[in-house]
Amino acid sequence: MTTLGDYLLVSGILFSIGFAGVMVRRNLIIILMSLELMLNAANLSLVAFSRFRVGPDGLPNYNAQVFVFFVITVAAAEVAVGLAILVALFRIRQTTSVRDISSLKF
Amino acid sequence: MNLMFPWLILLAPLVSATAITLFTLRWKTSSSAISIAAVLVSFICSCLIFAHRTVAAAEFTWIGISGVFHVPLGLTLDQLSRTMAVLVSGIGAVIHIYSLGYMRDDEGKSRYFAALSLFMFAILGIVVANNFVMLFIFWELVGFTSYVLIGHWFYRDAAADAANKAFITTRIGDFGFMIGILMVWMATGSLVFAEIAPRMSTIAGHPLLLTIVALLIFCGAVGKSAQFPLHVWLPDAMEGPTPVSALIHAATMVAAGVYMLVRVAFVIQGSPAALLVVAWIGTITAVMAALIATQQDDIKRILAYSTLSQLGYMIMAVGLASNDAAMFHLFTHAFFKALLFLGAGSVIVMLHHEQNIWNMGGLSRKLPITFASFLVGALALIGCPPFSGFFSKDAILALAYERNTAIFAVALFTAFLTAFYVIRMLLIVFFGNARSDIARESHESPPVMIVPLIVLALLATLGGFAFFARSFLTLPVEREIAIFVPALAIAALIAGSGLAIALYRNRASEPVDLELLRHKFYFDELYSSLIHWTQELLAHVSAFVDRWIIDAGAVGGSSRGAWGIGALLRLVQVGNLQAYVFLFGLGVVAIIYFAIFRF
Repeated sequence: MTTLGDYLLVSGILFSIGFAGVMVRRNLIIILMSLELMLNAANLSLVAFSRFRVGPDGLPNYNAQVFVFFVITVAAAEVAVGLAILVALFRIRQTTSVRDISSLKF
Repeated sequence: MNLMFPWLILLAPLVSATAITLFTLRWKTSSSAISIAAVLVSFICSCLIFAHRTVAAAEFTWIGISGVFHVPLGLTLDQLSRTMAVLVSGIGAVIHIYSLGYMRDDEGKSRYFAALSLFMFAILGIVVANNFVMLFIFWELVGFTSYVLIGHWFYRDAAADAANKAFITTRIGDFGFMIGILMVWMATGSLVFAEIAPRMSTIAGHPLLLTIVALLIFCGAVGKSAQFPLHVWLPDAMEGPTPVSALIHAATMVAAGVYMLVRVAFVIQGSPAALLVVAWIGTITAVMAALIATQQDDIKRILAYSTLSQLGYMIMAVGLASNDAAMFHLFTHAFFKALLFLGAGSVIVMLHHEQNIWNMGGLSRKLPITFASFLVGALALIGCPPFSGFFSKDAILALAYERNTAIFAVALFTAFLTAFYVIRMLLIVFFGNARSDIARESHESPPVMIVPLIVLALLATLGGFAFFARSFLTLPVEREIAIFVPALAIAALIAGSGLAIALYRNRASEPVDLELLRHKFYFDELYSSLIHWTQELLAHVSAFVDRWIIDAGAVGGSSRGAWGIGALLRLVQVGNLQAYVFLFGLGVVAIIYFAIFRF
């Protein structure tokens, strides 16, 4: 029987992989993918909480699941915008490495 | 009988001052006529009130916040104020008339008479006020008119400076006076004299509070009556026209301090400590001023210092808890000192505003009537029997002998000094040879100046006799002990006069030179350096605060602080996305750590 802890463990591992990816990878596309991974880790834990929190009427708490739909929608929009920026950036700089994109520093 | 007509005493001079200022500034003759008519109306009303003892004045509410604060506009018409009103308006009338002669050709004659009328309004207001608020307002008004009149010849720097000095110095005392009044109000809940007196028991339980209140109120008198250490303004006030010196700075305004102390004696006399301070301040002033007077060359300054000295006697009497003796001396002093000033004025005018006594000499032949009346005043001042000063000064000396031997000794020494400097002045001014051309060519003053002199000379002669003074004042009781006190006083008088005659007979210049006394104990220098150094210190402190705390600290500090924090935070902006993420992650971890484990 899988418990809430198992779901949260998977969610935590996913989040850590995503965070590590954002931190260490230089390629912007990989970083965006890692971001998605982190978002989905959060979604997973939300759904898990929803499923394991059953109200007195025997139904799970749907608030978290509704929230997950919002997150997925926003993530889709974010990816669209992020990829658009990335394409525009690549056209100017001919690169997707974050090392070469540091002109906003002081 | 509640009547409106006692208010006429106050209203007549006020109307006169207003009318002159608004309408007749250009017509000098009508200005002086209005002013003299007003003072005569005041004088006649005062006499009528004096004669009808049952008269009471109508009273109005001025400020009435029910249960909290009540200030009536009312007049006190007891024996004390009736006598003072007659005295003040009478001498005022004489001096108004004398001013006609003295200020005959003055440019600002209308202005002068307007200020004189305003002064009469103010001083009579002090005399008849029945509460502290009215008293204080008139008190300040007197200070203001004194300022205006001292500075009458404002285009002379000395006069303008003297006016400022008088105003500022008396204001210092008035500040204490105001705090004293507020404390009385807080303690008793009333400002009306007649209501405070029975409520004094509420403060009497706190001797310290009572002493502080008494001394604060005394501060007002110290300023106005020019007592040590605020005496410095009075000699300089002699820059004003001589009739002003006679009226304001000898007979009435400076005596207002003494009158006020007598009026609120129920406060002062509750505290023995305060009485002792008052008595010693009076004594110190008396002897100090007499010492300074022995070395002055300006005839008006000599008289000014003698005024200080005599005021010291009065304050001494107040401090020795005898209102009767103080008022008696005030009464006689008003006559003979006004007389002396008017006599000096007569001399000064006839010598074309020469005031240095060493440029006079031999004037007894040129100005015989002035000389005779001046002599009467001088003899009264030194306390020569049977002139008025003898009786009143003797009353104070007897009182001092009875209550405090140390004060008596100093007072006796002051009597000796008084005789010395007055005889010195008489000898130099009126005897010997004329020492300048103007002194040789001088002649007697016009009748308008002579008649007031004669009137005042008569009063100065009569003023001390019991049969005359008793109708105005409660005379102090002479005790048996006092028999040899007059003998001592006369001995001091003879010693002083003898010494002066021996030293100054037929002299053409000063034989004694005492720098310390000539420079008035360096009080002016002391005060000016005190003010100078206080100002320097304050300036340095505020410059330091401005330069280092406000400029460098508040203004520079905030700009440099913002700049410095910016420089520090700039180091975080490395431009590396991964570094940002790392810091962001650290932040999130920290927030979670604090949110969950710390709170």
